Amino acid sequence: MKKLMLGNEAFARGLYEAGCKIVSSYPGTPSTEITEEAAKYDEIYAEWAPNEKVAMETALGASIAGARAFCGMKHVGLNVAADPLYTAAYTGVNGGLVIAVADDQGMHSSQNEQDSRHHAIAAKVPMLEPSDSAECRDFVKAAYDISENFDTPVIVRMSTRVAHSQSIVDTCERMELELKEYTKNPQKYVMMPAFAKGRHVFVEERTKKLIEFAETCELNRVELSETAEFGVITNGAAYQYVKEALGERVSVLKLGMVNPMPEQLIRDFAAKYDRIVIVEELDGIIEAHCRNIGVNNVEGKSIFGCIGEINQSAIAEKLLGVKKEFTELDVNVPVRPPVMCAGCPHRGLFYCLKKLGVTVSGDIGCYTLGAAAPLTAIDTTICMGASISGLHGFNKARGSESEHKSVAVIGDSTFMHSGMTGLVNIAYNNSNSTVIILDNSITGMTGHQQNPTTGKNLKGDPAAAVNLEELCKAIGIKRVRVVDPYHLAETEAAIKEELAADVASVIISRRPCALLKYVKHNPPFKVDADKCVGCKMCMKLGCPAISIKDKKAVIDHTQCVGCGICKEQCKIGAII
Amino acid sequence: METRSIMIVGVGGQGSLLASRIIGNVLLSQGYDVKVSEVHGMSQRGGSVVTYVKYGEKVYSPIVEKGEADIVISFELLEAARCLPYLKKGGKLITSTQQIDPMPVITGAAEYPADLVKKLSEADVELTAVDALSLAEEAGTAKASNVVLMGVLAAKTDFPEEIWQTALEKCVPAKFLELNKKAFELGKKA
Repeated sequence: MKKLMLGNEAFARGLYEAGCKIVSSYPGTPSTEITEEAAKYDEIYAEWAPNEKVAMETALGASIAGARAFCGMKHVGLNVAADPLYTAAYTGVNGGLVIAVADDQGMHSSQNEQDSRHHAIAAKVPMLEPSDSAECRDFVKAAYDISENFDTPVIVRMSTRVAHSQSIVDTCERMELELKEYTKNPQKYVMMPAFAKGRHVFVEERTKKLIEFAETCELNRVELSETAEFGVITNGAAYQYVKEALGERVSVLKLGMVNPMPEQLIRDFAAKYDRIVIVEELDGIIEAHCRNIGVNNVEGKSIFGCIGEINQSAIAEKLLGVKKEFTELDVNVPVRPPVMCAGCPHRGLFYCLKKLGVTVSGDIGCYTLGAAAPLTAIDTTICMGASISGLHGFNKARGSESEHKSVAVIGDSTFMHSGMTGLVNIAYNNSNSTVIILDNSITGMTGHQQNPTTGKNLKGDPAAAVNLEELCKAIGIKRVRVVDPYHLAETEAAIKEELAADVASVIISRRPCALLKYVKHNPPFKVDADKCVGCKMCMKLGCPAISIKDKKAVIDHTQCVGCGICKEQCKIGAII
Repeated sequence: METRSIMIVGVGGQGSLLASRIIGNVLLSQGYDVKVSEVHGMSQRGGSVVTYVKYGEKVYSPIVEKGEADIVISFELLEAARCLPYLKKGGKLITSTQQIDPMPVITGAAEYPADLVKKLSEADVELTAVDALSLAEEAGTAKASNVVLMGVLAAKTDFPEEIWQTALEKCVPAKFLELNKKAFELGKKA
């Protein structure tokens, strides 16, 4: 049946059709919907793991047990899961193991722009890269075959554009597979030095066989044009931009398998043209490979650079000198950055932190937006969990002066992901640090995924819930308290007290995300224009529902959810 | 046939995903190759959001660059001005007249430009400016502005009426269908 499918949805369809049985992932834009869609098939067991490392180990365990298994993550998630990946490359698989890693060229929703192909090269595992939704489905199925035929995990690399574009997919039936037999095999699965040495030899032999496979497999495709002026080697989303911008003016070698890459296929293609242009986003990995195998009539990064996305206009402009005409207004159009939603429980907390002038060690989630104007409350944001461990180091370096005026902020899901190990370090190595867990009862930024604190699993069924207060106490934190960030005075007082204390403390700022369906909203507030003096105290909250019109505050009734922090903030009672 | 491009722009949370899915379904039923590119993640939180819909015999790139769009549909006036350069000269610009202040305007660091409808009408494009918010509220909820604008689009293009109705039925949850059909009709007549 022909259907318009998001790349991620088509990926999940591929998992279903290939007979995948076990899925374990951690959400991360742009990879999240693969696992959400996979969970809709009753034949697949799917779960959210606390982090990507746990997810990959779960999937590897399922593979060793004989099932086709999958784990999905965003590019930075693969850094977390790199440890199991690099050794899973040695153990190989029993049932096929496919890993999705979604890169974010252009950093639409990420803290860096790393190119995940480096991980595939370094871990010595094959990596496939689809260019549209139909290929997502097909490449997943091909990946399982490669995984089982070559005894290796296989990574399928996605990108924001492929993951989040819909195109047409013609769906097939599911292939129902029996579990493969499991037999104890320490030489293959117990990676201690004596056995790992043997497996490393296997890995190197496997790579040679994979290169041979890459020479002739259908994943790599030459599209010759009789009117070609030069040749192009490309991969992933960039293939689409090349075809749109250059059409029949070039011949194309499309690499669907980006690790390992073919050698003879590239040499033969490159020999046909004087000029070969390599159109690949981010790092010049294909280009470097060409030079390594002695193909030197190539250029790529000197034209396109290694920052951000490529698109059809950039290709037409840089390779053909063609620019499209367009109309512009002679008006200064202000930027519209993302903001915390109206009613966001994080707003009140960040307002208090800004007011107190404390140093804030931040983390990854919606609350990273606390760094933006007008709150500008965050000092650092690095990676998942770094708020807590980073604060500990900061305090160890700057001593008690810093301990009494700095905090870490971290969401509930991020705390479960990799924040709690940092908290263990604070308790164990004794820094007087103050950690604030922003518990909005959901994984917010990626679009409302359940996590181990929410009491529900991926399918929405009841599950064991981690009790954050008890967990923090068990770790060794003696001062643990809960505040409601909708109450500014209470929240501010709690932060002051915990900063003043001479032992480490945790404040749980608890209030569910205002966008959750079960959250009941209060009626919107409005401004009594006769009372409003235009002091703009309410504007300091950075609420998108409040603006100033004719020197008076105005509340947009379509956005306001009645959280009331502006009412508390307005000392003259003009908000009613 | 040459590939055609529609851009849907607005502020995160205004419902551009639903609009793009409705249009995608209309085009798919007409036998075209279709690609729809969406925005998820951080930008959805009240930032500028852009969705691309492209169709034709064979569509390659899912994204739209400056000077390429045949139609731009904007849920918010400032976003219409921002995305004007993506429209081909003489292309159709359909915009809601709703204004939502971006954070730099809220904080006082910038001003919301004045007289945007007038300025857009003077540009080399075919402008249709509609008070979609009021029409949506008339239909029953401010949230249906996106479907009001789908009605405007239906009136400006020549896809068969029943195809739009089928797409609405497919994309809108049953309990909101009647309300959205009303919003669609109000948009068509606007």
